[in-house]
Amino acid sequence: MTDISMEGAGAGRQRRLDVTSDAARARIRRRYRAESRFKAYGIAALTVTAAFLALLMFDILRNGLPAFWQHSLVLDVPVKADVVDPAGKRETDAIRSADYFPVMKAALDNAIPGIEGRAASKQLSRLLSTGAPDGLRQMLVADPSLIGTTVKTSLMLSDDADLYYKGTGTRVESRTSQSAATPSGLKGEVTILASSNEFAGELKTIKDAIRERAAALTNEAARVERASQGKGVERVTQLRDQAAVLAARYQQPGAAEALDGRMASVLVAINGGLVKATKIEASGITGDVLLPLKSQDEAKPGTWQVVRYLTPEADRKVSDQEVAFLERLREIGAVRNGFNWNFFTSGDSREPELAGVRGALMGTALTLLVTLLLCLPIGVMAAIYLEEFAPKNRLTDLIEVNINNLAAVPSIVFGLLGLAVFLNFFNLPRSAPLVGGLVLALLVLPTIIIAARAALKAVPPSIKEAALGVGASHQQAVFHHVLPLAMPGIMTGTIIGMAHALGETAPLLMIGMVAFIVDVPGAFTDAATVLPVQIYLWSDLPEPAFQAKTAAAIVVLLGFLFLMNGAAIWLRKKFERRW
Amino acid sequence: MSQLGRLFGFTDKTQNPERSRMIPHTVKSYEAELEVLDKKIAQMGGLAEHNLAQAFEALQKRDPRLADMVIAADSAIDALEKDIEQQVILMIARRQPMASDLRHVVAALRITSDLERIGDLAKNIAKRANAIADEAHPKPVITGLGHMVEMSLKQLKMVLDAYAERDAARALEVWRNDLQIDAMYNSLFRELLTYMMENPRNIGISTHLLFGAKNLERVGDHTTNIAETIHYLVTGQTVTEKRPKSDETSTTLHQQDE
Amino acid sequence: MDMSTIEQAKAMMTPHIGSAPQADIKVTARDVNVYYGEKQALKDVSVDIPARSVTAFIGPSGCGKSTFLRCINRMNDTIPICRVTGKIEIDGQDIYDPVLDVVQLRARVGMVFQKPNPFPKSIYENVAYGPRIHGLATSKAELDEIVMSSLEKAGLLKEVKDRLDDTGTGLSGGQQQRLCIARAIAVSPEVILMDEPCSALDPIATARVEELIDELKANFTIIIVTHSMQQAARVSQRTAFFHLGNLVEVGSTSEIFTSPRDQRTQDYITGRFG
Repeated sequence: MTDISMEGAGAGRQRRLDVTSDAARARIRRRYRAESRFKAYGIAALTVTAAFLALLMFDILRNGLPAFWQHSLVLDVPVKADVVDPAGKRETDAIRSADYFPVMKAALDNAIPGIEGRAASKQLSRLLSTGAPDGLRQMLVADPSLIGTTVKTSLMLSDDADLYYKGTGTRVESRTSQSAATPSGLKGEVTILASSNEFAGELKTIKDAIRERAAALTNEAARVERASQGKGVERVTQLRDQAAVLAARYQQPGAAEALDGRMASVLVAINGGLVKATKIEASGITGDVLLPLKSQDEAKPGTWQVVRYLTPEADRKVSDQEVAFLERLREIGAVRNGFNWNFFTSGDSREPELAGVRGALMGTALTLLVTLLLCLPIGVMAAIYLEEFAPKNRLTDLIEVNINNLAAVPSIVFGLLGLAVFLNFFNLPRSAPLVGGLVLALLVLPTIIIAARAALKAVPPSIKEAALGVGASHQQAVFHHVLPLAMPGIMTGTIIGMAHALGETAPLLMIGMVAFIVDVPGAFTDAATVLPVQIYLWSDLPEPAFQAKTAAAIVVLLGFLFLMNGAAIWLRKKFERRW
Repeated sequence: MSQLGRLFGFTDKTQNPERSRMIPHTVKSYEAELEVLDKKIAQMGGLAEHNLAQAFEALQKRDPRLADMVIAADSAIDALEKDIEQQVILMIARRQPMASDLRHVVAALRITSDLERIGDLAKNIAKRANAIADEAHPKPVITGLGHMVEMSLKQLKMVLDAYAERDAARALEVWRNDLQIDAMYNSLFRELLTYMMENPRNIGISTHLLFGAKNLERVGDHTTNIAETIHYLVTGQTVTEKRPKSDETSTTLHQQDE
Repeated sequence: MDMSTIEQAKAMMTPHIGSAPQADIKVTARDVNVYYGEKQALKDVSVDIPARSVTAFIGPSGCGKSTFLRCINRMNDTIPICRVTGKIEIDGQDIYDPVLDVVQLRARVGMVFQKPNPFPKSIYENVAYGPRIHGLATSKAELDEIVMSSLEKAGLLKEVKDRLDDTGTGLSGGQQQRLCIARAIAVSPEVILMDEPCSALDPIATARVEELIDELKANFTIIIVTHSMQQAARVSQRTAFFHLGNLVEVGSTSEIFTSPRDQRTQDYITGRFG
């Protein structure tokens, strides 16, 4: 028996682990630093990604969330029988097709009485959406006994009015008076004289604005002179003249000023009415009555206000008259802000306030249903065949390579394919979910096949061997044992593919799912559009309300996606089986 | 291998061509343990040989001191037997020996038991040498005994060599030659009977000498046991022949009248 | 101690020698060669496996014993580059006959693998799957019966009787292997092949499986591949030693492990190589 013993130097030097020397400590420190650095890089990368994501979400939500709320007016609407149901037979069709404009107008007139003049009247009516009577219409169809009574109902506002209430029109500032004032009339053009220099501040503001404008013109002239080097003499002179004109005005601080659309509007709210100033001097204004006054008596100090609309009229979509109406309606408490269910219940529309995503949602659902029904069975079966049953020869390899390639083909190519084959050759209806579904199925199929194959490959071969050992045929072993275990992976792959298909726009544009579709599609062959295409269409439209709706539709799309991914995770967890 | 060499535990592996051709165990300590086992058997064999020779010398020379030395030396043989037994048991537990290794350790266990008995028999002869030291020994009997001892020692040596060299043929030879010892014992038996019948005063010494001869015959038997074990060790088969025995003493009553 | 003790010891190594007729042969193999592509894994293997006894295949790694085992239930068919020549018969019927249904064969010849591989289903389902696909039970009650008796024979029933709906993969290693054995015997095979069934188990679980094998051999022909010489010596009545694709020696276990005829067998058994 050999005996390994330490007998001093003669037995050979034993190697010891060096943990205490300086070199060792330095090495350890270096290693820890390297590890911390690596961790820091990882966290930095994650933070940057998260920041971008947060920025994106924040921006979209900021733009989109306002579209989920809609302002409407709640008014007493006198339902005149002769307007709504002239025949008196209470027939549904007659009620539906009647012209409700007079009824609406009457309701508005009751809310803000005393408006005269066609222009003002028209502006008042236009505050309501063209779809405002729809709710009332449905109520009357359901309960014709309401005809002839006064119904309190909510009426949808137009997009501009709605946007105004959301704060995009103008800021309104008002200042309580300190002197008495007397209007000269009740409507039309009036003059309001104050007992002291009440309007000095406003005048000064205007003069300052003029001076700034003059200075800007002078600067512009100097710049043009420099840039053109003597050639743009005419322009320079023109600018300088304009500046001079303005200079003349502001150099007389006491002189009256005329207001124009490029300046902030000044108004006087007095005796229950509103007067817009067209000319202003220190002690009084001359202007147009926007809301009729109740009396011409002198108003005591403190009972009347000087109001300013800060955004100049030229810079906004709502005129001063409309702002006046809207503010008055708000004062009388007729304005309600409610959740915009209409967004989800209506189809597309030319009017921004009436546009909804229901059509697009239905179209998306139908299209995705077609896609799912097609590519799930085909994809899974193809994957099972390729993985388990196909002979290992050149043909199989060729097929595999091509499937991988198909997964990388740009989606628009599938659109072209759909156009050429499904629409031109098979003559399937254009813009139908059926065709859209077919095209998307082609798009998603390679993804599903690849994911399903990976899931099948991941099942340990011992399970299949065990099944074979018990006397199952190859087919039984695959379908009874391998496939159930691969299900979570297959489902995840499917839902990822579906989510991918959900966001595809280009191929669907190619096959024509781009028309303006108002009706909500009900069958696979009805014309339809899908959510991403809807977003694309809306983003092109000029009305500012559509910008908000585009962002809102994106929010809906993202919500849909999160739901699908959530479903994927839940399904996966539910069916996961540990082997 | 000389008796002296064996005493000091030398085993000569080159004497056994088959053993040197065998591949050693993968686990070297196992191989070493088996070598140690053989070494101890050889040592024990050497001690037994030595003690037997010395015991007869003590008898022949009527030397009580020598006899006492033999009696004392037997404890070394007993100690070795216990040691070998211990080692074998440990090896069975630890190594689970198979096939040839299994036969090897089982053989060692059996051989050590036989060698210990041989040692005891030598001790017995020494004790009897002490008992008859003061009397005159009948010369022809002693001569006869001497031949028997010589034969026994020769057999023992041959069997120990056969063990060291794993030679089954030689073991079989030993096994067969035992009948010579039996024959010698027969004639000694008759002679002693005659001696006893001549003169009752001779009965004492004759009885001791008779027992001594019996002991030597027993040594021969144990040697043949060892030979059988060696045969099993080497070939894996037990000896199937019937051993030729010519020990008639258990059936002989007296010689004189035949 | 004399020679007769050795005879007694030998007799003790084959205790049931009187209990079953060892003469009838269940599986015969003649000149079996197996090729993996160009490489030859088994050369001219011929052996007889007696019925209702345990035969052990031993040999160093890569000697072809597992390959040969898998030929007997044609599991090598699942490997495309594997080619088998020669004849293997079970009860006189050639199992490589093209007319023979491999699925039926695998119901007659069951297999237990090295690493326990129960299906990730309930314990009941694990055992019931085989009988169900082979149509061995015509009613739920019959199926229950088969499942219960298989679990009983595998020595597992007492431990799992009140949790038959738990998943098979939740059991301990030894229990899983016994479940796999129950699953194999549920289809009433005639031959059970075991490929190193205890190599992944602890000693106590190993002992229980060995006890099980000892009980099963009264009704089944068992062929076990094992790396452990001691296990082969303990459980089998006949042992075959493979080396480099050749069947070197086959004989009764007591003979092989006390005095084998071939030097290679001797060297392997005593641990001189392998």
